[in-house]
Amino acid sequence: MSDVIIQGTNVAHTHDAHGGHHGHEHHEQHFITKYIFSQDHKVIAKQFLITGIIWAIIGALMSVFFRLQLGFPNETFPIMETFLGEWAKGGKLNPEFYYALVTMHGTILVFFVLTAGLSGTFANLLIPLQIGARDMASPFMNMLSYWFFFISSVFMFVSLFVQTGPASGGWTTYPPLSALKEASMGSGIGMDLWLISMALFVVSSLLGGLNYISTILNMRTKGMTMTRMPLTIWALFFTAVLGVLSFPVLFSGFVLLIFDRNFGTSFYLSEIFIGGKALPHVGGSAILYQHLFWFLGHPEVYIIMLPGMGMASEVLSNHSRKPIFGYTAMIISLIGITVLAFLVWAHHMFVTGMSPFLGSIFVLLTLLIAVPSAVKVFNWLTTIWKGNIRFTVPMMFAIGFVSLFISGGLTGLFLGNSALDIHLHDTYFVVAHFHIVMGVSAFFGMFAGIYHWFPKMFGRFMNNTLGYIHFFITLAGAYLIFWPMHYEGIAGMPRRYYDYSAWESFKQFESLNSFISIAAILVFFAQLIFVVNFFVSIFRGRKVMVQNPWGSPTLEWTTPINPGHGNWEGDIPEVYRWPYDYKDDGNGNDFIPQTAPLKPGESEGAH
Amino acid sequence: MSGLISILLTGLVFVIIYQIAKASEYATILRGEEKINARVNRTMAILLVAFFLLGLYGIWVCHEALIDKMLPVSASEHGVEYDRMFLVTLAVTGIVFLITQTILFWFAYRYQSTEKRTSFFYAHNNKLELVWTTIPAIAMAVLVAIGLRNWMNMTSAAPKEAMVVEVVGKQFNWIVRYPGKDGVMGKRDFRKINDANNVLGLDWNDKDNMDDVVAQNGELHLVVNKPVSILIGSRDVIHDVGLPHFRMKMDAVPGIVTTIWFTPTITTTKMKEITGNKDFVYEISCDQMCGKGHYSMRGTVIVETQAEYDAWMAKQQSYYASNNAAPAAAPAAEGTAPEQKTDSVKAITMK
Repeated sequence: MSDVIIQGTNVAHTHDAHGGHHGHEHHEQHFITKYIFSQDHKVIAKQFLITGIIWAIIGALMSVFFRLQLGFPNETFPIMETFLGEWAKGGKLNPEFYYALVTMHGTILVFFVLTAGLSGTFANLLIPLQIGARDMASPFMNMLSYWFFFISSVFMFVSLFVQTGPASGGWTTYPPLSALKEASMGSGIGMDLWLISMALFVVSSLLGGLNYISTILNMRTKGMTMTRMPLTIWALFFTAVLGVLSFPVLFSGFVLLIFDRNFGTSFYLSEIFIGGKALPHVGGSAILYQHLFWFLGHPEVYIIMLPGMGMASEVLSNHSRKPIFGYTAMIISLIGITVLAFLVWAHHMFVTGMSPFLGSIFVLLTLLIAVPSAVKVFNWLTTIWKGNIRFTVPMMFAIGFVSLFISGGLTGLFLGNSALDIHLHDTYFVVAHFHIVMGVSAFFGMFAGIYHWFPKMFGRFMNNTLGYIHFFITLAGAYLIFWPMHYEGIAGMPRRYYDYSAWESFKQFESLNSFISIAAILVFFAQLIFVVNFFVSIFRGRKVMVQNPWGSPTLEWTTPINPGHGNWEGDIPEVYRWPYDYKDDGNGNDFIPQTAPLKPGESEGAH
Repeated sequence: MSGLISILLTGLVFVIIYQIAKASEYATILRGEEKINARVNRTMAILLVAFFLLGLYGIWVCHEALIDKMLPVSASEHGVEYDRMFLVTLAVTGIVFLITQTILFWFAYRYQSTEKRTSFFYAHNNKLELVWTTIPAIAMAVLVAIGLRNWMNMTSAAPKEAMVVEVVGKQFNWIVRYPGKDGVMGKRDFRKINDANNVLGLDWNDKDNMDDVVAQNGELHLVVNKPVSILIGSRDVIHDVGLPHFRMKMDAVPGIVTTIWFTPTITTTKMKEITGNKDFVYEISCDQMCGKGHYSMRGTVIVETQAEYDAWMAKQQSYYASNNAAPAAAPAAEGTAPEQKTDSVKAITMK
């Protein structure tokens, strides 16, 4: 890596006129400014990714523990006591800590892995590289974004070790359960830490999001019109818009909750008798919190999905050697999803006693969102039609992404329809639905991205054999875990139960639960294959020898194999065409890079 | 010690897997990348199709294994509608699922890279886009129409002849209140709650409360074929009255009253015959996370004939009688209390 940076200095002298961009002169910079407090978007991307991976391991390990409880409620597992100490005395998980684990699993995976770890990584890595910018609009704010995330992570991590345990009211932390210390052990100091951590997370997310938006709008290279941007950038753009518009609402919800918890206000509390006494709170509404929460909570689902959609589009097109089908339709459907994402939040609340009329409006809007989603699926299918498909590891994950997105998306039609939701709400059907669509499917988008852009990040490839093993175990495992869960849900089995054996209606699923747990544990170990592959490949992977290993027309592959801070050594290349020109360039290549000027007589309107 | 050994073994497995993977990488370089890539490509295409076919078989196996464990026939009138709508939605989504997944895996196999193949430059087609925007839109319109019709039915006002009961959740059990002979439930106030003798905070100044019957064992008695309107409340945190056999569910939120109504159509005894399970019982599950005992917050529903219900009710003593026989002076003291601002039962809060 270092030799390229030194080269960068040499080049830097030749084009000092370039708007004073001296980032790549910092070859002698200290380890701390280069790798820790770095302002280079590529390094920040790696920081987000590696922090995300560490959180993902912790979050997934938690799911292993509570799956052990769910699958084998009558057994004891001494190994759990090794890890969890008194929370699992004698190898048997304590119910209170079971709920803490469920809560932390959700919080960690939704926010720390699939929001920060996903869009933090790829927005940072790809936006400047793919639009032709030397860095973000504000590299300093970008650095702050990571460090706020880091501090937020520290708070969340510390909360795992406090005596009364971490927050345990579910990742949605509905009050009054989360507001009253008397209601649950986790609603004590654990919940305070959770709120502090999440508030910092919102700050991080806003700093990042504003940066992504302003970079995309203002810092595109010459010729990079909005309609010449790769779909990854469009997707990351709308992801940032969603975050910037909805996270502040969540923040306001948290502020009110903090007031209710600590300063005696009654925003969410009314008529409560708990711990042997009636509380003075009157006149608040517990449902208000749910509105504020889901006003972020639902866009959040798309904050998680959109980057995966963008990357899958890019990967499917690239490895099929074929332009993405319906580029404009893909953008329009992204816009449709973004707008509708703000108008469907109350479908999480059909059974809260909300007005049935209001409910029916939300049914209509919710099912409307299926239309742009369907358009995207059909466009992906047509993209691979008559392609020349190379089954590289990223391509496998992109195909898996589409498969899972279809499976998980379709079950949304049951839950979005209030008349069906009234029975399925808060059952395992919901668990199966969102794990497939925004859990595993989003992860597949992320994996496709990681395997595809790993060469750009580290100048080496990840190991293919391990990649294929990882892919098949994860895909098969995901279906084995979540497909049968739909049946449990249709049978009315509620989620977030510690033990079902006392229930006449649900105890027949005991053997199924064991099966699911075994599958989940296997999938967990398969993810460790990925982790090993990732970290070992950083240092030992096969080196990238050519500048553009995937034969991609987009700009990030016109940088040096190991780009320094500032990305391009000379001038930033100019762009002449859209990013999906997968056609014969006349020299035996099956693609034309965006930087190639139009040939005489060639019109750009061809797509 | 065994923990250490298993960690070591796991580590060893990873090292071995990694070495094999690394070896295959060297082999690729030795034998020529092109050739290996072509072979890998073919293998992966086949494996994807194999995965798809195995997956379809797996879906069938899963269905066969679990179908007997599903809920019995719906025990409420609208539940029958519910099941019908569920099947329609399942049919629509099932067809879409099969078609799109088949196309996905078939295209992947069919258009795998070969030496001769070149891709077809096909960037857009507005007619196609229009078609596959319209078709889902129409399908959605149909599903929305069916859904809203059923939704309106189940959330409409309860029929006049419906019996009324109140179900109140607390950590971690259900309290059921019947209005007694007068058919009216009296006021209650959370400030009057006392776990010893007034679990619901009934206002003893209100005459309507005198004959109300309270069951703390979580047993909800209903009459078959008679509509029931349930007022749902909570004493502490949010709970949820889940009635899977009746295809119904509603949150119990402190500070507001939510309602549902339905008509049970099958008695518990009859359902024991239908399911062939002599232990069968309708259960009320708490479906909203409410704390450490959430999973044990179980109630039961007993659906019986009018005669059985009347016989059972005749045996019940009013809550007032069973708790307030001795301290009869209590109501007088309450007189000075300020007017209740939070009369939670009579306020209609289904805004």
